[in-house]
Amino acid sequence: MSKRKKRQKIKIIIATIFALIVVVVGALANFIAPHDPNATNAMLMRKAPSAEYLFGTDNMGRCVLSRVLDGARITLASTFLLVAISFLVGIIIGMLCGYYGGIVDTILMRIADLMLAFPQMVVAIAVAGILGGGIFGAMIALGITMWTGFARLARSHTLSIKNEPYITAAKLNGKNGMQIIFGHIFPNIVENVLVNALTQIGTTMIGLAGLSFLGLGVTAPQAEWGSMISEGRAYLQLAPWVVIFPAIAIIITIIIFNYLGDVVMEYRRMD
Amino acid sequence: MNVKKQILKKIIELIILLVVLSFLTFMLMYLAPGDPVEKKLSAQGTAISQEVLEAERERLGLNRPVLVRYAEWFAGVLHGDFGVSMTDEMPVGPRLAAGLSNTMVLALSSLIVALIVSIPLGILSAVKQNSILDHIVKLLSFIGNALPNFLISVLMMYLFCIVFRVFPVVANNSFNGLFLPAISLAIPMAGRFTRQIRAEIISQLDSDYVTGLRTRGVKEKDVLLRNVFHNASPHIFTIIALQIGTLMGGSVIIENIFRWPGIGRLVMEAINGRDYTTISGFVLIMGTIYVVINFLSDLLQQSMDPRSIS
Repeated sequence: MSKRKKRQKIKIIIATIFALIVVVVGALANFIAPHDPNATNAMLMRKAPSAEYLFGTDNMGRCVLSRVLDGARITLASTFLLVAISFLVGIIIGMLCGYYGGIVDTILMRIADLMLAFPQMVVAIAVAGILGGGIFGAMIALGITMWTGFARLARSHTLSIKNEPYITAAKLNGKNGMQIIFGHIFPNIVENVLVNALTQIGTTMIGLAGLSFLGLGVTAPQAEWGSMISEGRAYLQLAPWVVIFPAIAIIITIIIFNYLGDVVMEYRRMD
Repeated sequence: MNVKKQILKKIIELIILLVVLSFLTFMLMYLAPGDPVEKKLSAQGTAISQEVLEAERERLGLNRPVLVRYAEWFAGVLHGDFGVSMTDEMPVGPRLAAGLSNTMVLALSSLIVALIVSIPLGILSAVKQNSILDHIVKLLSFIGNALPNFLISVLMMYLFCIVFRVFPVVANNSFNGLFLPAISLAIPMAGRFTRQIRAEIISQLDSDYVTGLRTRGVKEKDVLLRNVFHNASPHIFTIIALQIGTLMGGSVIIENIFRWPGIGRLVMEAINGRDYTTISGFVLIMGTIYVVINFLSDLLQQSMDPRSIS
């Protein structure tokens, strides 16, 4: 292995460690949080950061640190769930289309083309708006267009390997289509599509936070970074910490996942 | 196949795509949960009987078959009539048009700002690969790409409107009002453009024709401006066209933050009022612009690079 590749590997390990830290913090949010993220206190409105409230309190006297942590839980869970579902739907449709071809392939790929013909965020805003808010509405709104990218990628990889000798051998062994797709094609293409999924995490987070910021994501009082920033900007002058801490959280998280995606992509390009 | 036939075929495909787009948009409005008639009539807080609801639906023509309603709506759209608002029964076409022109001003200015920043930076960092400048540009564009634009605008608002007090908080239709929203949209876009332009120029610099030009002693400046940039420019158009969708979504958020009177603010008001006519008009207009721009960028790519015509 070349020196450059070794260095790249170290970068990947470091980025993965940071990403894992973020995920663990999000998963354990309820245990780490010093206060109840939704507990209001009229005596503690807009208090500056202190030893008791490290990130200060918001307009309703809620602990900003606890809300940032709870927001991490929601943001990470919804992002991963959305990417995972889109990934699964996309890869299965892509493999079926690529392997069987024919009329089903034509129809499904036409639908995918149509979805790509709409600007993603415009569709997401309209659909989330019509579904009337809620985190699941926001996820559906972004998911409608998201699976298509994975489907096209999985399809093109399937097409490129479906005439390989080992696939033919499996066919001659009497395996049926499903066995070949899930036993032979899936393990060979999953890595490529997974890397693509990894690069989608940052964009998905931005999309979900944007919808929440518009009031089309989580419903109050649930904490989410986008909605916290949206609420806090009304009294930005009086209590900037209410906006600044969720802002830092969102920037750091997106940078970590984007960086991880970038270094993995670069590592694979070095082969 | 000759070029004219190819283009004609593409135009027919485009028209079919636009019709399907309009149908899907209509279905979005049709399948939407919640009853706008009920919402409208119960706005005063009084209970309404089933008969009144039914009569109002009949009056608005909501009880007719879907396809009839779609055909009627589509025929209207072709004449610029997008139907009447479900909240106040005013025609939404003129409102959408007014909003769209404001949004265009915002989108074009941010696009220009982003290009002015990213084209020179992208080229410079590609030419001076792995220099300090390149690393700085890479870092900045990486961070720019990771910033959601609502965050940039809230932070800029804090900085310029509250700390320095140089700009008005609410955007009016003046240059001052345009500055912050345009910059908020431009920053993440400039980050993405710079990265992609850098990658494009690097891939051009690595190709054989550049080595050939250099060995023949062509000046580096001429190689860069006459050949490399010329060959990269259709790809740069594609890069821009691909960002239009993100720009449209971002513009909805930014317009609502700065109260810019664009189509994005209109649609958020419509969403809050369950005014499906306006929402579908918005989706149709944005979708059409997006599809047409991508079509033009395809065409441009082909006319500037005849090799891509199969």
